[in-house]
Amino acid sequence: MKTKMKMPALLSGKYRGRTVSYSIVLVSWLILEVMMHTGNLSSLFTSLLVPVCCYVVAAIGLNLNVGISGELNLGQACFMSVGAFTAVCLSGSLGPAVPSLARLILSIVAGALVATVFGILIGIPVLKLEGDYLAIVTLAFGQIVKSLITNMYFGIDSNGFHFSFVDNNVSLAAGGKMLLNGPMGATGTDRISTFTAGIILIILSLIVVYHLIYSRSGRAIMAARDNRIAAESVGIAIFKTKMLAFGVSSCLAGAAGALYGLNYSTLVPAKFDFNTSILLLVYVVLGGLGNMTGTIIATIVLVLLPELLRSMQDYRMLIYAIVLILIMLLTNNETIRVWGQKLKNRFMTKGGAAHGRES
Amino acid sequence: MEENRKPVLQVSELGIDFGGLSAVNGLNMEVYEGEIVGLIGPNGAGKTTVFNMLTKVYQPTRGTIFFDGVDTAKKTVVDMNHAGVARTFQNIRLFGGLSVIDNVKTGFHGRITYSPLSAVLRLPVYRAKEREIEERSRELLEVFGLTEEADQLASNLPYGAQRRLEIARALATEPRLLLLDEPAAGMNPQETEELMAMIRLVRDRFHTSILLIEHDMKLVMGICERITVLNYGMMLAQGTPEEIQANPEVIKAYLGD
Amino acid sequence: MDFLSYLINGLGLGSVYAIIALGYTMVYGIAKMLNFAHGDVIMVGAYVAFFSISNLGLPLIPAVLLSIVVCTVLGVVIERLAYKPLRAASALSVLITAIGVSYFLQNAAQLLWSSSTKVFPSVISNGGISWNGLTVSWLTLITIGVCVLVMICLTLFINHTKTGRAMRACSEDKGASTLMGINVNLMISITFAIGSGLAAIASVLLCAAYPSVFPTLGAMPGIKAFTAAVFGGIGSIPGAFLGGLLLGVIEIFAKAYISTQLSDAIVFAVLILVLLIKPTGLLGKRIREKV
Repeated sequence: MKTKMKMPALLSGKYRGRTVSYSIVLVSWLILEVMMHTGNLSSLFTSLLVPVCCYVVAAIGLNLNVGISGELNLGQACFMSVGAFTAVCLSGSLGPAVPSLARLILSIVAGALVATVFGILIGIPVLKLEGDYLAIVTLAFGQIVKSLITNMYFGIDSNGFHFSFVDNNVSLAAGGKMLLNGPMGATGTDRISTFTAGIILIILSLIVVYHLIYSRSGRAIMAARDNRIAAESVGIAIFKTKMLAFGVSSCLAGAAGALYGLNYSTLVPAKFDFNTSILLLVYVVLGGLGNMTGTIIATIVLVLLPELLRSMQDYRMLIYAIVLILIMLLTNNETIRVWGQKLKNRFMTKGGAAHGRES
Repeated sequence: MEENRKPVLQVSELGIDFGGLSAVNGLNMEVYEGEIVGLIGPNGAGKTTVFNMLTKVYQPTRGTIFFDGVDTAKKTVVDMNHAGVARTFQNIRLFGGLSVIDNVKTGFHGRITYSPLSAVLRLPVYRAKEREIEERSRELLEVFGLTEEADQLASNLPYGAQRRLEIARALATEPRLLLLDEPAAGMNPQETEELMAMIRLVRDRFHTSILLIEHDMKLVMGICERITVLNYGMMLAQGTPEEIQANPEVIKAYLGD
Repeated sequence: MDFLSYLINGLGLGSVYAIIALGYTMVYGIAKMLNFAHGDVIMVGAYVAFFSISNLGLPLIPAVLLSIVVCTVLGVVIERLAYKPLRAASALSVLITAIGVSYFLQNAAQLLWSSSTKVFPSVISNGGISWNGLTVSWLTLITIGVCVLVMICLTLFINHTKTGRAMRACSEDKGASTLMGINVNLMISITFAIGSGLAAIASVLLCAAYPSVFPTLGAMPGIKAFTAAVFGGIGSIPGAFLGGLLLGVIEIFAKAYISTQLSDAIVFAVLILVLLIKPTGLLGKRIREKV
């Protein structure tokens, strides 16, 4: 025990993952900021900075849900959608009178809160089910939310707010502004998201998720995942515990969606469809279940991969698909796995020896 | 002796049906404070089913379970644990993805509490409670000889150590009644010997009553003060180890006609 | 009369869903995986039928047969190459692989046949039978007829042939089946073959009703049919049949009586309600964990 205390706490086992995560985010931020200010970053890359941050945050949330809590969620994009359109509406309603930074913060908070409320409402039926049935219900809710937002019309003019559903009955006075326009979604949004805001959001979500994981609640969430009956037998209320993970996951997706929504002048509800949910799931699984550092890396690589393959033009998505399949086949290959384990053990024993020398 | 002890558990006319078939019927038993009681019977007699009813994993079809003088009819599995019943499982159920010490820490879930928000904000209450959980978990690991393995994954432990860890985790919930389901299964005679000492130690040190299912008669006869015998879901006999050993019904059930 | 005609149209749409759902449910039953690429097999089937009729000038029946052959081979190849190496892997790895296969098929189709929509030739005459003011198109009747036929054949096959029994044994317990001398891998291949063959049939029926062929054609019917399979209780063959038909009827009723735009939302809302009342679907088995 004493030897443990002497180890630099940030590099010892329990904290290693966290330190690496924070470092990756901060170092990338520094490098990219420098590159941007010296004009070394292509406009394509610059345009991807905020979306990558959004996907990272939503994927971190999803990893809490899928990796830590062990529930397959096929509807994470719907919480991004709720966050995005809440933020767009709030930001549009506040208008340019409010300084953009304050507007951004308020909108992200609102997006996160509304998405959390949705998460809890959806979680009540979802978390009563198990396994694949739970997964299909998250998929179903994703479709429902998309369908509802696609049918919403919301505008603002000098008389106040106007809202209609399914049929567009919103008629605005002169100078009024449509904020939600059914299948066309949000148009004319002020683009107030910034890369720095994205980085801060990633850091905040990492703090929330790590602090939660290494606490009484985090242990309960993982216990409920590993063995439901045993968890109940030590007094862990499964539903409450899973709801906590689901709620935090939706909250982060909402915040991510808000930042995403405020990064584009137009945004269609179809952006957050089943495919987006699946993409987020792919980031989480490739990054490693429960591994936040892995999620960050996988998200960055997989968002950039199709862009890097742009020179391949038509073949890029095909290559993307093949890469996806090959990674799954290789990481699950017995020979490669044994080999990787050996390598890891070697690394670990080296670490162990160094540990011994410390005392 | 029983007069000066209070009953922790009182079961009367307990029974359960599965798909119309009666699995357990008409079970009456008590466990007193600080007592070690054995529940034995041939395979398929319904012993584990009784544990599942006592912990509310299964809802009994008939009869009552009073714990500490309170009717438990409306209680859930979680309620039963909070009331003071903890158990181990015949087929070990550890949290395989958690470290050994974290498995024990989960046991304190209902006893040393703080909100998720104070964890996220790392409030002083989080630090104080986590320190307490850490210290008490280390104590338990020491009692069960698992200090060395504290940071290993629970699923990597050898079999005997996994059984000990399950007991440690159960004790972390500060039970008044501990249910052990075949604690000596798969252990060699020497390990069983150590286990017997450990069970007595648990009773004395953690002030808990123990009800155990076990096939190892040496262990049962060695540490149980009273024994209940089940056969085909019915209570066959009840008494001290000496009485049970001399009971012709029991001998018949175990050896056949 | 409106009601009756909606009901029949609903059954027609539901029959297509049911045939696709059978593929999902059989694969789930035996391989315990959600085969997300199943919808894209439908797309491939549609393209094969389209080219057979438009470019090769084949009549309908040979075109359907060719489509069935191609899809069956495709299904077995996908299983062998992508899923078989993952038998021991986690369900999530298999799911992601299936998603990869789905992307692969969609993008391969886009490369080979471009993303522009092709118009499926009209293969079934437009008329129908009228009775007391109620008109039912030939297509709807044929679709329902095909679905019933498929269901009967499949039930007979599963219950009364040696292979069918072996497949059922595999879905109950793979280990025990192996011990009994059943070739589990072969049974899984056969399941994929049957499911993919059915997907080809469904693709032609689908394109006869909605005559456009494009690379992401299979996505929405795939999701709907998957929903239908869960609705009926995934793993259960009568469940897929029932779930498919109900889903089709609900969808048509929702479109007719409530709102076209919200019909999808209503279909999924009904699914959620059903699962809340019956957590394993209408005909699904509840598996109790032994403690």
